[in-house]
Amino acid sequence: MFESLQDGMRAALKTLTGKAKLTEANMREGLRLVEQSLLEADVSYEVVQSFMERVTAQAVGEKVLLSLDPSQQVVGIVHQQLIELLGPVDPSLPFREDVTVYMLCGLQGSGKTTTTGKLAKLIQQESDKRVMLVAADLQRPAAIQQLHVLGEQLGVAVYSDPNTKDPVKVCQDAVRKARQERIGVVILDTAGRLAIDRELMDELKRVENQVRPDKVFLVVDGMTGQDAVNSASAFNDALELDGVIMTKLDGDSRGGALLSVKQVTGVPIKFIGTGEHLDALEPFRPEGMASRILGMGDILGLVDVARRAVDEKKRVELEERLRAGQFTLEDFRDQIMQFMKPGLMMKLMGLLPGMGDLQQMMGSVDTEKDTKRLVGIIDSMTRAERRNPKLIDSSRRSRIARGAGVEPVEVTQLIKQFDVMAPLVQGMAGAGMAERLRKVRELQAGGLFNPGAQLMREKKGTGKRLSTKEKADLRKQRERELRRRKREERGR
Amino acid sequence: MGLFDRVKAGLRRTAQLLSTDIRDLFKQQGRLVDDKFLTELFAILVKTDMGGGPAGSIRDQVGREYRGRVVEMTDLLASVKAKLLELMAQSDQELRLAASGPTVIMVVGVNGSGKTTSIAKLASLFRGEGKRVVLGAGDTFRAAAVEQLTIWAERVGAEIVKGEMGGDPASVAHRATARAVETGADICILDTAGRLQTQANLMQQLSKIRKVAGKLIPEAPHEVLLVLDATAGQNAISQAKGFSEAAGCTGIVLSKLDGTAKGGVVIPIRQQFQLPVKFIGVGEGADDLMPFQPREFVEALFADAVK
Ligand SMILES: Nc1nc2c(ncn2[C@@H]2O[C@H](COP(=O)(O)OP(=O)(O)OP(=O)(O)O)[C@@H](O)[C@H]2O)c(=O)[nH]1
Ligand SMILES: Nc1nc2c(ncn2[C@@H]2O[C@H](COP(=O)(O)OP(=O)(O)OP(=O)(O)O)[C@@H](O)[C@H]2O)c(=O)[nH]1
Ligand SMILES: [Mg+2]
Ligand SMILES: [Mg+2]
Repeated sequence: MFESLQDGMRAALKTLTGKAKLTEANMREGLRLVEQSLLEADVSYEVVQSFMERVTAQAVGEKVLLSLDPSQQVVGIVHQQLIELLGPVDPSLPFREDVTVYMLCGLQGSGKTTTTGKLAKLIQQESDKRVMLVAADLQRPAAIQQLHVLGEQLGVAVYSDPNTKDPVKVCQDAVRKARQERIGVVILDTAGRLAIDRELMDELKRVENQVRPDKVFLVVDGMTGQDAVNSASAFNDALELDGVIMTKLDGDSRGGALLSVKQVTGVPIKFIGTGEHLDALEPFRPEGMASRILGMGDILGLVDVARRAVDEKKRVELEERLRAGQFTLEDFRDQIMQFMKPGLMMKLMGLLPGMGDLQQMMGSVDTEKDTKRLVGIIDSMTRAERRNPKLIDSSRRSRIARGAGVEPVEVTQLIKQFDVMAPLVQGMAGAGMAERLRKVRELQAGGLFNPGAQLMREKKGTGKRLSTKEKADLRKQRERELRRRKREERGR
Repeated sequence: MGLFDRVKAGLRRTAQLLSTDIRDLFKQQGRLVDDKFLTELFAILVKTDMGGGPAGSIRDQVGREYRGRVVEMTDLLASVKAKLLELMAQSDQELRLAASGPTVIMVVGVNGSGKTTSIAKLASLFRGEGKRVVLGAGDTFRAAAVEQLTIWAERVGAEIVKGEMGGDPASVAHRATARAVETGADICILDTAGRLQTQANLMQQLSKIRKVAGKLIPEAPHEVLLVLDATAGQNAISQAKGFSEAAGCTGIVLSKLDGTAKGGVVIPIRQQFQLPVKFIGVGEGADDLMPFQPREFVEALFADAVK
């Protein structure tokens, strides 16, 4: 867990903030990470490529103006470009004098019918217009009933005609009826269809030609992958799209398809769907979506969360001690324990770049165990030793090792590690954000975010990463050795 | 039409797209395998939704084998197919049926992935084998979800057990299994409401439904099928993880493969969770379901690449 966390952070920080100057080379590595992250978020391959070109051009142009931290510069540029590409915002729903007609279309199951209901609710709330929903999906079993149920929930009229198989006629009749009854807004719920289904796409074109909706919205599932470019461009070619609504963004999908759809259609993104209930429709905000798609872990946010990890009271105490230059092994231990809080880990991971592989991260309990060993070592020390590790001579060291069930060399390593870290941690007290960021980076090298792995790394004596099996083998080997020692001790 | 032909029919779009792309790599006799070449290959692979990781590892394998050489299409494809097959090799393809008494199949997945339609297709498949089927309309949340399943039940000739709107889906599951036992039906399929894997309480509800399904029939549910939309991207990995944890999925139905989407995300899912794809959905009709065959799947992807 810690290991991959550290890997992700190290990769991000090394490539993005590692050098004082933004060079062509280190920018390329940072951009490569961005590219990887965008693909992970399901942005279509071509869209990623053209986006990266644009960003690179921009970054090169700004090179001379460098006055910021390189990481902030690169991520800032990427973020800004993403916002620009996703914008501008336009959540307006314009009305005409008599009857305004909106039409929703999209692939099967994308959320058209539900969104029809959501739009009706929004219009009810924001205007005094009366709304009529039109059941133009004559394909899916119970699609008409579904719309009637929504209409009942909202108290709006629903038009359907059980006697025809022609959606064009249904829509035309509905608009006529709305005009007669002075209903101001009509929303057409069309059947889901594949973009390659000639016949059904033609049907949609006929509705557009003969009913002349004021606005046509494409409804896109927020979990869509690479195919988004294909379907969106097909709908865009067939119809005059006026806007996009992306649904199901209440989950953990990164929603990168939105970038693809925006790129190929060029029309504004109007709303996002954030739940199954009819009030779960939000105006689109490019800033939030850009961060979500980029997923490059707001590094400043990371520092913030890490800081908040130590509860407020303890933090104040700690900062006092840090300022006074008294960061002890006890504090070190508390910090480690804080980092073991599962919720926090999840939060940290959410903020980190390239953290797609949740499984792998949650799977490696090994490191957690090693962290416990480390805490065990500190717990085996006396209070005096914890406050002043210099007291620990070789006989004390053996006693501590025995108490914690580890080898003496691990005690030594822990103390060494602490010696490296303490001044760095102390330097963090009272520092500003930028300074903290730098310190976090140094701390990583010191191993605060990976206390357990530090022990493991020393043990192996090589820098290479081990496979899970190798790790398990090593662990077994260690445990066998420990058991042997314990047996020996008992025998003595 | 034989199975292979039907798979190919369903995947024709996929194969066409992929094969044109790959053919573009080869202008004359063969092409020098260099960075540019490998990047193009990577693009083709990424577009299947298999994800940057698996695509990268295939690219690297091709790179190791062919870099600096001028390759023929067939060599390259053989390498790619071998790698894909290695990833997708699976033996647990068949549905696990109860030795005696009703087989209970629970169907789960995110909103709109195709659960209800896939249930109709499965029911139709079993009906075709002369089996008696009971459906449990366990989606008591979404508007007209029960009506949707009711229409399908009528069409395919299955019995249906319904709950009240807003009622407890676990109780529907209980009554449906009870009905299946009572009437000596062969198959009982439980529909569930669509939900996102991040909704903890709804995921817990799935665990409960699962438990309740096993009350009358100790082995049940014999299968828990996760319906994945083939148009889904990398989030399907999170879906596979979340639903497997909550409901103990035993297999995947990969729906909507009749579109332009390629469904390649089942590759990392197989890799990470050992979850086999059991069926693919290739249309909105009751007969548009086919057993998933990895070899055919991979072959069909590249079937028209050479020649
Ligand atoms: N979590 C979540 N679910 C949504 C959202 N929007 C729609 N859904 C659900 O997605 C599923 C499909 O929604 P529908 O509105 O029936 O989709 P559709 O596009 O009309 O489907 P077809 O008519 O069959 O093509 C339902 O279970 C909805 O409740 C959303 O924003 N979030
Ligand atoms: N083209 C195509 N459409 C499909 C396929 N499977 C399902 N659909 C369509 O996808 C839409 C959603 O299917 P449902 O079966 O209602 O999906 P669901 O998962 O039950 O949806 P919720 O219960 O709302 O979560 C419907 O319009 C289906 O006709 C398939 O294999 N191919
Ligand atoms: Mg609909
Ligand atoms: Mg359903």
